Order: sequence, then structure tokens, then C-alpha cells
Amino acid sequence: MFKNLTNLKSEPKNYFVIFVLALMMVIPIWPAQGEYADVVLNDKAELEGVRPVIYPHWFHRIRFRCKVCHSELGFEMRVGANKIDMASIADGKFCGACHTGEVAWGLEFCDRCHSGLPGLKTGIKSGSKSSGPGYY
Amino acid sequence: MGKIYNNKSILMMVICLLTFPVLWQEADAGRWKSLSEDKLHDPAGPAFKELQSPEEALSMFPKDAVGNKVRWVDALRDGYINPRSSILPGTEIKVLDMDIVYDRTGDQKFVLFPHKSHTEWLDCSNCHERIFKEKFRGTPMTMLEILQGNYCGQCHGAVSFPLTECYRCHSVNPSTFKGKIGVQKSNQSEK
Repeated sequence: MFKNLTNLKSEPKNYFVIFVLALMMVIPIWPAQGEYADVVLNDKAELEGVRPVIYPHWFHRIRFRCKVCHSELGFEMRVGANKIDMASIADGKFCGACHTGEVAWGLEFCDRCHSGLPGLKTGIKSGSKSSGPGYY
Repeated sequence: MGKIYNNKSILMMVICLLTFPVLWQEADAGRWKSLSEDKLHDPAGPAFKELQSPEEALSMFPKDAVGNKVRWVDALRDGYINPRSSILPGTEIKVLDMDIVYDRTGDQKFVLFPHKSHTEWLDCSNCHERIFKEKFRGTPMTMLEILQGNYCGQCHGAVSFPLTECYRCHSVNPSTFKGKIGVQKSNQSEK
């Protein structure tokens, strides 16, 4: 490898190595989606005929500390760990604790939350998280 | 030398030069992506225009180079934001001012963990005893596990500043640190 680099000749092999290195500079940029820590929820949404839910952490943490949702309201710190459906939300659980029309907009504004592109997969999105084999 | 500048090498240079604007954009102009180009929101959604853009809100806060490009702890302490601590009546709000210094960090500097900035956002039960035992060194962990999204990595790398910011945690120089490893007596954080 290093021998190749110190003795660069017009061999296709060398160009392939450089090409791959150049490609590695570009590729990590493509998965960058959404704002840091945006959450996509689409286990049920599209099956039920509505757009996937985009949950922006940044929008909520301006207004609430983590402890409100992750302690008081019982949201686990893993995407998909809570089984959330519209019935439980209408029952005042999870999002339904605030989204009542009093603290935050009510459930009649479906499209403000169900605002995602078709085909998105459930998960937490960000441009800056380590691209290791982690799960979130 | 002349042989280096053949067609293929020129092609390679063009490819390399083409990558720079992309990196440039990522570093600066794309500080906050608009909702229409974030590849998550559907601009055809009926309520798309009602949603707040990240730039409108986040550009007002102390700036960072990573994550949301916001220093959230500073934004809270300096009064840029005043997020609610509870929504249910009768919830006890606990904030703990206690620094912990960890050694056994390999070649890296020791880690200083400030309870204060964490409990200003989080409840004790978010970490104890679910992720971390309260006892010092009660939960052995490695950087690899953290990078995989466990322990500190459950938040850092997902919602709080990412794990590329080594020295925000590995901040205590072992050769100049005179204190005791573990819980710090002083309520004030030391550098």
C-alpha cells in the first residue's frame, strides 16, 4: 500500500486507490438527513395511510427539558422502544400529554407531525453522529 | 515528472477538486438545512409551511460547530431559553452539583463528568440505576461500547454533542491534577 503511494506510476491500481480515497471523502456526507436528532416514526404511519412522523428534538428542547418527556411521560431513550399509537396519544399518553390544544397544538393538526417523506424508516437521524456500528 | 500529468491524473485532480465544495458546504453554508432540503420533510405536506425552520430558532443561540450547531448547556445557563422542567403537578425537580473525575482512560486525559449540566436537563432516573450505577466505577465501560450507542453514547452522538468532541469530556490533565479520583469535594468544577 505505502509502497504504491510513494512510487506513484500511471497504473490503474494506483488510480483505483486514489479514487476510493476520494470517494470516502464524499460518501459520509450523503446520509446526512434532517436536523441533528430528528426522529422518524414510521412503524405504523404509512401502513395506516398517513405520512411518517418527524419528531424534532431541537424544537422540543427549546421548550422542555429532557426530563419532562423522558422521565415524566415515560419515553424510553431508544427509538421504537415505546409502543405509541394514536389511541394512546388520544388517551393523554406520550405526545398526548401536551398536544391537547392547551400546551401544544391539538390532534386535529395531523399534518404538522405526520410531515415526512414517504418511505422513511423509523430511526434517529443526524448529520454528526458517529458513523460506527451503533444503534440509537 | 512530466508523465504525472497525463489524462488520468488530471481526471483524478478534477475529482478531488470537486469534493472540496461539498465539504465546504457541509462546514459552513449548510449550518442548518431548510426543511425542504433535509430529505425528511415532505414539502408537499399540507402543513409544511406552518413548521418552524431550524435556522429561525437555532441561529439565535450560542454557536457550536457540531450537532445542532448550538451550545445547549450555555443556551440554558445564559437564559437564551427557559424550557419547562415539568408538566405534571407534584414532580420533584432535582439538580445536583457534583463533579466526578474518572481515571483509567488509557492514553487519554481523565474524564470530568459534571452532574450539574446533566441534571439541569435530565432527571436522576434517566441514568441511575438504569444506565449507570450510582457507585463510582460501579459500571465499567469502554469507549467502543460508548461509540456503539451505549452508556454516554445513548445521548452523546444522538442528541447531545457528538463523540468526536473528545476533549469536552477528556478534559483533566493527569499530570497536573492534584485532587482525588472520583467524587470532587468542591462544588465548583475545576479545569
